[in-house]
Amino acid sequence: MQAINTFSGKAIALPVKDIDTDQIIPARFLKTVDKQGLGKNLFNDWRYLEDGSPKPTFLLNQPRAEGAVILVAGDNFGCGSSREHAPWALMGFGFRAVISTSFADIFQINCLKNGLLPIIVDEATHVDLLASAGGDEPIELEVDLPNQAVRLPDGRTTSFPIDAFSKKCLLAGMDQLDYLLNQDAAVSMYEASHRDRVSTL
Amino acid sequence: MTQPRTLFEKIWDEHVVVHEAGSPAVLYIDLHLVHEVTSPQAFQGLRDKGLKVRRPDHTQATLDHSIPTTDRTLPIVDPFAARQVEQLRINCKEFGVPLEDLGSEGQGIVHVIGPELGLTQPGMTVVCGDSHTATHGAFGALAFGIGTTEVEHVLATQCLLQNKPQTCEVRFEGVLPKGVGAKDLILALIAKIGVGGGTGHVLEYAGEAIRSLSMEGRMTVCNMSIEGGARAGMIAPDDKTFEYLAGRPKAPHGQGWNDALARWRQLPTDEGAGYDKQVSIDASALEPMITYGTNPGMGVPISQPVPDPSTAANGESIRKALDYMALEPGKPLLGHPVDVVFIGSCTNSRISDLREAASLIKGRKISPHVRMLVVPGSEKTKRQAEAENLPEIFRSAGAEWREAGCSMCIAMNGDQLSPGQYCVSTSNRNFEGRQGKGGRTFLASPLTAAAAAVSGAITDARTLMQ
Repeated sequence: MQAINTFSGKAIALPVKDIDTDQIIPARFLKTVDKQGLGKNLFNDWRYLEDGSPKPTFLLNQPRAEGAVILVAGDNFGCGSSREHAPWALMGFGFRAVISTSFADIFQINCLKNGLLPIIVDEATHVDLLASAGGDEPIELEVDLPNQAVRLPDGRTTSFPIDAFSKKCLLAGMDQLDYLLNQDAAVSMYEASHRDRVSTL
Repeated sequence: MTQPRTLFEKIWDEHVVVHEAGSPAVLYIDLHLVHEVTSPQAFQGLRDKGLKVRRPDHTQATLDHSIPTTDRTLPIVDPFAARQVEQLRINCKEFGVPLEDLGSEGQGIVHVIGPELGLTQPGMTVVCGDSHTATHGAFGALAFGIGTTEVEHVLATQCLLQNKPQTCEVRFEGVLPKGVGAKDLILALIAKIGVGGGTGHVLEYAGEAIRSLSMEGRMTVCNMSIEGGARAGMIAPDDKTFEYLAGRPKAPHGQGWNDALARWRQLPTDEGAGYDKQVSIDASALEPMITYGTNPGMGVPISQPVPDPSTAANGESIRKALDYMALEPGKPLLGHPVDVVFIGSCTNSRISDLREAASLIKGRKISPHVRMLVVPGSEKTKRQAEAENLPEIFRSAGAEWREAGCSMCIAMNGDQLSPGQYCVSTSNRNFEGRQGKGGRTFLASPLTAAAAAVSGAITDARTLMQ
């Protein structure tokens, strides 16, 4: 996983609430055994016309989406299916962070495991960001993970929460699996001391 | 005296292997279910890192999502699905994971076969790379969906890093009216709390209406916890739970059964234990429920009209949904024409669901312009239904009786709606395009689905019941 520290980049807005992972990446693109190559199908059914050509009215097909690294989306982003293909597709397109007022639990966990930063902001900041990132002029945001802050176009900063462990892993680009593998002795001890239940199967 | 604890807290406490300051808890996983769609990248991760599956004896794989539900003796036509299926076979062989392959009696939707085989047991932690893993909570297990990276974590270590969720008690008080069932309960809850209402929480369902449900009904309720945003939903085990499990192949036997029973009886929430949140619904006042929109929270009692976005709290979302669904505000849902009826999915494909649908279909014909698919959740369910002559009831009414799998719930396998078609579906998601690009889904119970098939339009099943 690539480490995240501080980065700046263009933000665009998709002001829709409750965007489910079926919209982020429809199920028919899940018949893959790879993580790569999903970016072209990100928001596929909102993005392409029946003949496969880009739908000009959809955000990702507009010039302002070119080079965007931050997506500002409506409340409860990523609800529904647990498919990790959703963050893979967002990252495949080039996004490094998603901003909303809330994220679905499994989606948020999947993002943190892949280095896609889920940024939760308060409602007022969210309204501002949806408006400014939704305008014709592109906006730039600076994301500062060490300080858990986003610098807004007007110079203000807003802070965001993240659990200490995920933050540490993201800053170091550390795979969380390594932490679990290091607990091997504790797991063996646990299995031995809970033999009754663990051997039920 | 120890502090009174909830069902969730007891299972959580029991499964914490280690919890270091500044890190999430390391939670031990008792049962890991695996399917073809969310596992290939996880197995590849093990291969790349030179790791083994730590507990193949606590892992069970099957094929369900991308497989056809047509003749199993024929090869899989879709080359991508065929590759994925073959990859799971290779992975299971290489890593020693047991696989219920196509044709075996244990094959079926992961959330149907876990309980059927007796793998799912009270007090367990159960995970799967599938958000409907919450289903297994019906047995008093802590069961939740995970992503593929976490699938790899569990394969390699049998553990997950988890932050402790909050708890929410959902009480369904009163006696369910006739013709109103488990699916209506859960759709009513999600309509009340919304699709994000349970985020960050584990739901515990309680109350008279929950106690009265069969194990199949309880699975239907727990299954859709995720549609309310909760990763897990659970129900305290009782004699119905134990009766369901007794004698199942993977359930404990002999003295092991007695020991397990003694443990399981300690699981229900202690008197005086507290929850972070509580929700209460009067089950006796419910009607059959149906969704009109593009998420499972957009549901109404079947007699109600399509909501008006101009007066609704969530107006913009409803307007967008009605646009997709091509429905007019204020118009009744009853009588709205239907093109397809789907009975199946991990929500409603168990034997009691099939019996319920068959009881309404029996002696009737489905509407000539309706296509009806009946897809049993597992090979075992299919065989049970065949022993009860249910396929004959469906076929003679004009419905299709198919092989076990996820089928038109996720529409990965060719079972799908055409653009613009309306479907009454017993599945769990009515998201845009979920059942096929451009398809329009009304979520409802097996009874409501069967009634729609017979009349060719959305119908209150109670008007067709004796």
